[in-house]
Amino acid sequence: MSTPTSQSKPVDESRSVQFRVWRGNKDGGEFVNYQVNVTEGMVLLDCVHRIQAEQAPDLACRWNCKAGKCGSCSAEINGKPSLMCMTRMDTLPKDKVVTVEPMRSFPSIRDLVTDVSWNFRVKKTIKPFKPRKPDNADGSWTMFQQDIDRVQEFRKCIECFLCQDVCHVIRDHQKADEFIGPRFLMYTAALEMHPLDTEDRVGDLKNRDGIGYCNITKCCTKVCPEHIGITDNAIIPMKERVVDQFYDPLTRLFRMFKGK
Amino acid sequence: MTRSPIQLPQARGFLQTQRTDYWWIQPILVLLGLGGFVVYSTWAAFQGCNYFIGGVDQPGVQRLLSPFYSPVLWDPPGIHSGHAWFGQLPSWWPAWMFFSPALLILPFPAGFRFTCYYYRGAYYKAFWGDPVNCAVGEPGFRGKNYRGEQKFPLIMQNIHRYFLYVAVVFIGLLSWDAFAALWHYNADGTRSFGVSVGSLVLILNPIFLSMYTFGCHCMRHFVGGKNDCLSCSMDGGGAYKKVTWLNQRHMLFAWISLFGVALTDIYVRMCANGTWSDWRIL
Repeated sequence: MSTPTSQSKPVDESRSVQFRVWRGNKDGGEFVNYQVNVTEGMVLLDCVHRIQAEQAPDLACRWNCKAGKCGSCSAEINGKPSLMCMTRMDTLPKDKVVTVEPMRSFPSIRDLVTDVSWNFRVKKTIKPFKPRKPDNADGSWTMFQQDIDRVQEFRKCIECFLCQDVCHVIRDHQKADEFIGPRFLMYTAALEMHPLDTEDRVGDLKNRDGIGYCNITKCCTKVCPEHIGITDNAIIPMKERVVDQFYDPLTRLFRMFKGK
Repeated sequence: MTRSPIQLPQARGFLQTQRTDYWWIQPILVLLGLGGFVVYSTWAAFQGCNYFIGGVDQPGVQRLLSPFYSPVLWDPPGIHSGHAWFGQLPSWWPAWMFFSPALLILPFPAGFRFTCYYYRGAYYKAFWGDPVNCAVGEPGFRGKNYRGEQKFPLIMQNIHRYFLYVAVVFIGLLSWDAFAALWHYNADGTRSFGVSVGSLVLILNPIFLSMYTFGCHCMRHFVGGKNDCLSCSMDGGGAYKKVTWLNQRHMLFAWISLFGVALTDIYVRMCANGTWSDWRIL
């Protein structure tokens, strides 16, 4: 009988990967090359940290949980908006240069850090949750899980703003003053679809928040690290409610007869 | 609005991107797929002939009608399909004006697909480069003049639900054609039941179209999406769940049904012009 031996998987040897990391600030910048030894299990954020530790201690990068839940380490990796902490190195093409740059739709602060405060200002302009009167004497409400399922999907959002970054209405057409972006269309949908909410935000969506600028390219859905169906489950249902209220004469007529 | 303006970085130039994947494949496939369909369907619609088989003068041949020509309101002069609702082209139709039964029909399914939420996203990328693909630079001429669907003309896309109403009627009409394809004329003018490859093709066509049509985002809105309380609906949200299942596969059924309807026309057309014969199974 042979002696039992360790059955652990063979470990990939470390390999050297070349990175192009954008270094600069709001006045401009350039790509700087770094060579990093990558070992099995590393994510891109590990590589950035290794660059910080060994080659460029002044490299600025925002991060926090390293578990894909805080939404801090958003960047563009090989041109795709992604979380650095959720991008495993073995998913990137081997033997090719890896490009890392900040989100391109927001003003640069420094290196990989951008100013995303515009998003928080937008959020404050959306009418807050306004529940109906409590259903029960103890001040509570009765809800069914089925009615809250849709809204709970939207509450998975970690506010990484990758969807805002990739949206061409903001990115290419620079409509940030007329369009709130997919994140906040979804936030509005979460409030608007809530079974307890009594506020009406449909008029704001059409007139102020620019929902009509969305042309359903689904880029927001593709980059969402929480895999939320932003376009199909939030934006399009809101577009349909806008149609109900403003564009469909039959629905308006029907509503008139129903007295709503 | 109280939010202060944002100073955005300079937008990238046309086709500029750091993406290293084959991002251009998807828009090219859509361009070829949709473009090919538009070219073929336009050509087929302008033919005005070879759109049916199995008339009274073809005993034993299953009655097949191309979906591009259904419903046939009038047959062109000299053609007796047996499917025309009102017989021959009326005399008041101007002699100088070209007539093909398909030209009266195709604008409705074409409008349904043109205003479909899935197709909109697909052809905005493939045909108008708006954007070419995610995180790829756009043609610079639009810039801040971009109007999206917020203003005319694309605000008209909101008509989609009206095309849906017509599309549902068309599902019924094409289902009737599928039923008719299970019959053939006998030499004495009576009809008998039968099944051919063409019958199966005409049965599959409305099934695929139903999977696409009933998974439409507007349909999802009507069966419950518009309500905040899904459990309050008469069926307890059952229809919403079923339509959602279809809606999650809307792109898949959009393409299957698109090619399905084109292949059905090709099958009938090839039978009608004698390229091949419809093979009777029963």
